[in-house]
Amino acid sequence: MSKATIDLPPKGGFSFDLCRRNDMLSKKGARPPSYRKTGTTIVGIIFQDGVILGADTRATEGPIVCDKNCEKIHYMAPNIYCCGAGTAADTEAVTDMVSSQLQLHRYDTGRESRVVTALTFLKRHLFNYQGHVQAALVLGGVDFTGPHLHTIYPHGSTDTLPFATMGSGSLAAMSVFESKYREGLTKDEGINLVSEAICAGIFNDLGSGSNVDICVITKGHKEYLRNHLLPNANVYALKREYTFPKKTEVLLTKITPLREKVEIIEGGDAMEE
Amino acid sequence: MTKQQANWSPYDNNGGSCVAIAGRDYCVIAADTRMSTGYSILTRDYSKISKLADKAVLASSGFQADIKALQKHLAARHLIYQHQHNKQMSCPAMAQLLSNTLYYKRFFPYYAFNVLGGLDSEGKGCVFTYDAVGSYERVGYSAQGSGSTLIMPFLDNQLKSPSPLLLPAQDAVTPLSELEAIDLVKTVFVSATERDIYTGDKVEIVILNAEGLRREFMDLRKD
Repeated sequence: MSKATIDLPPKGGFSFDLCRRNDMLSKKGARPPSYRKTGTTIVGIIFQDGVILGADTRATEGPIVCDKNCEKIHYMAPNIYCCGAGTAADTEAVTDMVSSQLQLHRYDTGRESRVVTALTFLKRHLFNYQGHVQAALVLGGVDFTGPHLHTIYPHGSTDTLPFATMGSGSLAAMSVFESKYREGLTKDEGINLVSEAICAGIFNDLGSGSNVDICVITKGHKEYLRNHLLPNANVYALKREYTFPKKTEVLLTKITPLREKVEIIEGGDAMEE
Repeated sequence: MTKQQANWSPYDNNGGSCVAIAGRDYCVIAADTRMSTGYSILTRDYSKISKLADKAVLASSGFQADIKALQKHLAARHLIYQHQHNKQMSCPAMAQLLSNTLYYKRFFPYYAFNVLGGLDSEGKGCVFTYDAVGSYERVGYSAQGSGSTLIMPFLDNQLKSPSPLLLPAQDAVTPLSELEAIDLVKTVFVSATERDIYTGDKVEIVILNAEGLRREFMDLRKD
């Protein structure tokens, strides 16, 4: 029997084939392409009737803002939403995937999804990838056991908290919560507190900016307030119209006829087979 | 045994953008007032513009500690020049002095990205643009700093400098009026603030013309 190795297609998950090449390239000084992170401020609180989630709307690629108004509060289930910080692709992919898993689970069980179910799906997936999936999440929702709020770290550990912040602006937002949070807030007080925390991140952290998104989840009802606050409206009015030439300008036209390079041999050998 | 990499750097980048535009009889120099480090803001109210002589104004972005030291050095040299020559330094003379000062520290550079603006001896606007080690060129307009890659293409489009290879030699200064140039600078900073996280808070605009020096401020996005 020949010892031929069969090239099997990859079964899924990450392929680490190029790691050695990447290492060699970075030693030679080649910079890897930067990925889009959501250098972010995301928060969540539990108030008297449920949970309120908040997020800013800036996505950055290094020092440049690539999206001024992106959505960081992702849908997981009708009663569960998740805010995502870290690599944008990772937060999108992992929340979409778990959202689909939750729907299949709902068909299976015939019941409304529980927040701890979403939590377990997420932490199992993230731990499995040993932190390579860089998603830091704030998961919140209301199920029949009550309101729940959790934070999930990229390596798969979780915390259950009455108020939580994640992202590069988390310290600015947490300073607001630590001074002003108390149990039994009303809905309006809760929305104001969350807005204040996100604004602290927006104005004091360079990785966060633009607008405030809020999501209020209570028993049997949710309110997604997209762009609830716009504290950075562009107020500068241009004094003159900037016009741009509609065509590329032609600076110079010069035609150089090409010299014949092909030599024609009369009666040459016929082409070999 | 793998080579150990340095885990301390003598430099830091405090961010910010600087712009200068030369006109027929004026010069506009502008810089934002945000000073940052990493993802944090140190202050929203730091001036990156300094007056070196009556007709020469320097805007610098980069490592502000190095820039402070550079400005002190140039101010001292200017004072000596005034004692020796009984007059203020002209802008082209200050440009050469700055270049020499930067190249003197060729092997431990000032982390400073400079734009020098002012009026030459004929009263026309002049702008000199530098790299970190003193290579400089007289141009009609320039941008330096974290937002320079966003600002320069727009200035190129609006103020297009004639090629230095054209004959007869064409003036690099823009035909725009002073007010139009100031409006252009404001537009440019508002746009850079939208997309660069290190640019924002306020823009300080200094206008040099035959009447003297004038300063204007405009608020920008603070996020």
